[in-house]
Amino acid sequence: MTAATRSPDVLAVQGLSLRFGGLIALSDVSFGVPRGALFAVIGPNGAGKTSLFNCMTGFYRASSGAVVLDGADVTKASAPDLAAMGIRRTFQNIRLFPRLTAHENVLAGAHLRSTSNLVAVLIRTPGMRRRERELSEEAMEWLRFVGLDARAAVRAVDLPYGMRKRLEMARAMMGAPRIALLDEPAAGVSSMEREELSDVIRRIRDRGVTVVMIEHDVELVMQLADEVAVLDQGRLIARGAPSNVRNDPKVIEAYLGRRRR
Amino acid sequence: MPEGAPPPEDLASVIPTASAAAGLATRESSRASSSLARVAGPSYRVRAGWQLALLLLAGLGPLVVTNDYVVSLGMQVEVMMCLALGLNIVVGYAGLLDLGFAAFFAIGAYTTGLLSLNLHWPILATLPVSVLMALAGAVIVGTPTLRLRRDYLAVVTLGFGEVVQLVVNNLDQTGGPTGIFGIPPLEILGFQIVTPIGYYYVFFVTLVVFIAASWRLRVSRLGRAWLAIREDEDVAMAMGIKTQRYKLYAYMAGAIIGGITGSFYGPAMIGVAPPTFGFMQSLLIVMAVSIGGMGSVPGALIGAAVVIGGPEVLRTFSQARLLVFGLVLVAMMMARPQGVWPEGGPGLGRILAALRLRLSRARPSGTPADGTR
Repeated sequence: MTAATRSPDVLAVQGLSLRFGGLIALSDVSFGVPRGALFAVIGPNGAGKTSLFNCMTGFYRASSGAVVLDGADVTKASAPDLAAMGIRRTFQNIRLFPRLTAHENVLAGAHLRSTSNLVAVLIRTPGMRRRERELSEEAMEWLRFVGLDARAAVRAVDLPYGMRKRLEMARAMMGAPRIALLDEPAAGVSSMEREELSDVIRRIRDRGVTVVMIEHDVELVMQLADEVAVLDQGRLIARGAPSNVRNDPKVIEAYLGRRRR
Repeated sequence: MPEGAPPPEDLASVIPTASAAAGLATRESSRASSSLARVAGPSYRVRAGWQLALLLLAGLGPLVVTNDYVVSLGMQVEVMMCLALGLNIVVGYAGLLDLGFAAFFAIGAYTTGLLSLNLHWPILATLPVSVLMALAGAVIVGTPTLRLRRDYLAVVTLGFGEVVQLVVNNLDQTGGPTGIFGIPPLEILGFQIVTPIGYYYVFFVTLVVFIAASWRLRVSRLGRAWLAIREDEDVAMAMGIKTQRYKLYAYMAGAIIGGITGSFYGPAMIGVAPPTFGFMQSLLIVMAVSIGGMGSVPGALIGAAVVIGGPEVLRTFSQARLLVFGLVLVAMMMARPQGVWPEGGPGLGRILAALRLRLSRARPSGTPADGTR
C-alpha cells in the first residue's frame, strides 16, 4: 500500500495530479491534514482548490497520485463510499435541496445513519419511528447550532444567502463527519455574517471534526486556521502556519504578481 | 484509540452539552419538541385532515348517488388516482421523468387477466405474480436508464411503454388487438364483486392504502433520498446516497402501484385491450401528476380527477369537448405552472392575501405573486 500507512494525518494527498485533456488542474500536490486540525487551502482563482476538493470527495478521479484517508488509499472510491467513510462537504456555489425545508435538508444529511426497510417504513414500526424522531430532533439541534432553528420550516430556496451557507454546514454536520470540507464558507457574506460563520466553523472543529476549508478571505484564514496550504496554478507552493505563509515570497508573488526588477 | 472525532453513535448524546458550550442556552426538551412539531407536524397533519374529510365524502358517495354511470366514472377517477400516485413516486419524488408508466398498468392487468382466465387462479392469488412481473418490468426499464437524465430518460421510458403495448397487441397469448375478455370477478372472502359500486369500493380501499403509503414514504429515509436525488443528484451522492440504487427503488415502488391497479382493473372491466395501455394513457398519467403538482399527494389526486372528470363534465360542449378541455388545461398550467396543489401546499392564504392587497391597492406593486411559490 501507500507510504502513509501510519501517519498522524487523517487525510492526505500524495503526488496528486488532475488533467482535463491538455489542461492541468492539479500537478503533483502532496500534503497531509493532521487529525483535528483546522486546515485552510488558499490560492488565487483557478489555482485548483475546488478540483482538489472534488478529488477528495469522489467527484473527480485523480489522473495520478493518491488520496489517503486514515492510511487507506481512497483515490478510486465513489462519492457515496467516501461519505460512508466520514467525509462531508459544502459547495462553493451553495447546493442545498432548494424545495425542501431547512429541517428536511438537514435530515437528508443523515441518510447513512439509519436504515430503510420498506416494510418498516410502510407499517411504521416503533423502532423506525423512534429512530426518525431521534434524527429529527438532532436535525433541530444542528439547526440551532448554526442559529437557524427558527427557520426550520422555511424552504431552502426562500432563505437568504448567509443562512443558506450555514444550513449547508448543518446538513454536513448531520452526517456525523470525521472530516468536513468547506468550500469558501465565507464567500460573498456580509461582515456580520462572516463573524457568525467563523464562529460556526470554530465550533465544528471544537467538536473534534477535522476541518479543511478553501477560503479567499485571508483575514478569516489567519484568524481560524492552524495550518495553511497555498495552491497556485495547480501546484502546492507553500504550506505551514498562517503567519509564515503570509510572508512567503512565493505566496506574495502568486497573489500580487512578480516584482519588477 | 485516540480518535479525534466522536464516532457517529456518540454524536447525538454530545449535542445538548455542545450547544450549551457554544453559548446557546439549553432549552427544555418540551421546547425542543414543540419546535419540532412546528416543523413536521401542522402542515402534514392539516393536509392529512383535509384528505380524510374528502375521502369520507368519496367513500359515502355511492350510497347517495346510485347512478351506474356516475359510479363507474368515479371508479375510473379512482383508477387514475392510483396510477397518478404510482407515477408521483417516480416523477414527483425521485424526479425521473417517465413517459411509459402505463406499461406497468398493462403488466398488472394482463398478468391477472391471463392467470385467472387460463389457469383459473383467484384474482387475489394473481396479485403477487402481478407485482413480481411489474418489478421485473421496473428492473428492465430501470437498469439501463440509471445513468440517463431528463430527456434521455423520457425517451427510453417512452420506448418501454410502446414496447409493452406492441407486445400485448401482437402476441396470440394476449389476444392480440382484441385483448382478453371474460376475466372472472374479484372474490373476497367468498363474496363475488360484480357491481360498479363494488369495484368503486375496491379501488377506494386500494387508493387509501396507496395514499397512506405515499405519505409514509415521503417522510421516511427512502423518500428523503428520492427527494434529494430529484433536487440535486450530485449532492445526494456526496451525502452517501447510492443514487442508482435509489432510482431503481423509485421505479420499483411505482411499478408495484401500477401493477396492483392493473390487477384490479381487469376484473372491474371484465376485459382488457391494448388501446387502454398506450401512450395516451401514459400521457394522461403524467398530466394528472403535473396538473396537480409534482411530488404532492393531494396534487396527484386532484390532477387525476381533472384529467378523467374534466372531459365528462364538459360533455355539454359535445364535439368540441376535448378542444375545450385542452384549452382549460393550457389555462391551468399558465395560471399555476407549479400545479394546483404543489408540494408546499396550495398556498390559499397567500392567494387570498395577494387578492386582498390587489383589491385594497394598499401597495401598488412589488408584492410577491403567489406564482413564485
